[in-house]
Amino acid sequence: MDYITDLFSTFIGTVIDVAPIVLILAVFQYGVLKKQVPMLKAKAIGLFYVILGLSLFLLGLEKALFPLGELMATQLTAYEFIASGTDGTIDWTSYYWVYLFAFAIGFSTTIAEPSLLAVAIKANQVSGGAIGLWGLRLSVALGVGVGITLGVYRIVVGDPIHYYIITGYIFVVIQTNFAPKMIIPLAYDSGGVTTSTVTVPLVAALGLGLASTIEGRSPLIDGFGLIAFASLFPIIAVMAYAQITEYLTNKAKSGATKCISN
Amino acid sequence: MKAFLQSMLSSTKDLLPIVVVIGFFQLFVLQQPLPNLFEIIIGLLMVITGLTFFVFGLEKALFPLGESMANAFARKGSVFWLLMFAFFLGFGTTIAEPALIAVAAKAGDIAATAGAIANNPESIEQYSLGLRISVALSVGLAIVLGVLRILKGWPIQRVIIIGYILVVIMTYFAPKEIIGIAYDSGGVTTSTITVPLVTALGVGLASAIKGRNPMLDGFGLIAFASLLPMIFVMAYGMIY
Repeated sequence: MDYITDLFSTFIGTVIDVAPIVLILAVFQYGVLKKQVPMLKAKAIGLFYVILGLSLFLLGLEKALFPLGELMATQLTAYEFIASGTDGTIDWTSYYWVYLFAFAIGFSTTIAEPSLLAVAIKANQVSGGAIGLWGLRLSVALGVGVGITLGVYRIVVGDPIHYYIITGYIFVVIQTNFAPKMIIPLAYDSGGVTTSTVTVPLVAALGLGLASTIEGRSPLIDGFGLIAFASLFPIIAVMAYAQITEYLTNKAKSGATKCISN
Repeated sequence: MKAFLQSMLSSTKDLLPIVVVIGFFQLFVLQQPLPNLFEIIIGLLMVITGLTFFVFGLEKALFPLGESMANAFARKGSVFWLLMFAFFLGFGTTIAEPALIAVAAKAGDIAATAGAIANNPESIEQYSLGLRISVALSVGLAIVLGVLRILKGWPIQRVIIIGYILVVIMTYFAPKEIIGIAYDSGGVTTSTITVPLVTALGVGLASAIKGRNPMLDGFGLIAFASLLPMIFVMAYGMIY
């Protein structure tokens, strides 16, 4: 019975979130474009599916995964746990389980991220299948995993965040000149879509847990910044994915022409 | 029905990595039993069903809505109304975004602790409301900028690189406490419903306008929506 009432209140919450969007769409559709929505009924049903789906998704995460994941982030970053894995002296290498957890949780939550799935479906349609659903999602997930691990390392050693982010930017700018043109807009987009409903709560718990257990870090200042890493590294990963695919195709092609010329 | 089951199966695959990661760390690294196994299984079933419904609704409602509106605006030919629509779509979806509300509230606490504003509830609330409005404005402007780019056919990297340079310069002048939040605010602004709508809008516009390639010109709106808030939040920190 609890589930029904919880589901109902989450559903109402999602409806309230979606209401301004629907209002804007309706005002422009009827006020400015002055046209009927084609297949209005099917779209209304579809919108209902989206809201119902998101409510179920969020409630399920809150019931099953978030409490456990957040508790885990706190336990893994606790002083006693870190100290138990070493011979007494703690330096940045003592946090190996935290790094592994950061990578794994970044990777796995990104695979489940609904907005990334939406962009991957669209990119697959637009590219006529050239950009695979899984190719894009796996490279974005790898990017998020690596990004969050590096972000966690930054909190442990206490470097200023902008050194890392600016270096990342320089890397992106250089890589843009070499990556296949077609992928560039999609790569830039994938930075923004990676972090929404699933990734943010778990990653924020990890950052805050770390920043509050390490001496000299302030959870308010150092706890932030992990999302920034998670939005930067997928750009690099997606461009790299396209570069590798292009390289392999070219190699296969030149290999084929060699065979013919022989 | 068969399509629904197949979709359920792929949602299960999407969720499997999280389950493996959490299970592994709980059982092997922390060496603790799984609490409330029954609740977890019910929760997981809800997540899987939810994801399946979401993907179904995506193809039925959000993608076609975004695309048909992009087409209608392209046929109407009024750049003014298209840009107005772009602005309101960005502004309206961001101002109510729960992740942003949470981040803005935290930013208010930080500013109060750092002594940038008076440490009482009213001034903190005022500060975080101002922050929310400036982020929402920046997302609105970002979508406008992105739509203009599609109309004009500017190469995306030029606009983005100019944005990066601005971010780097402003980082040196912005108050230190705001930098982490500013960098994060880029990522949190784009919600699960905005992303498909905005993507469909961009791709729809690029397919409707002659001489634009949906792959080259259609994507990139989200990139602007995650870059501009960083600049606006730092500016807010500097001005306030």
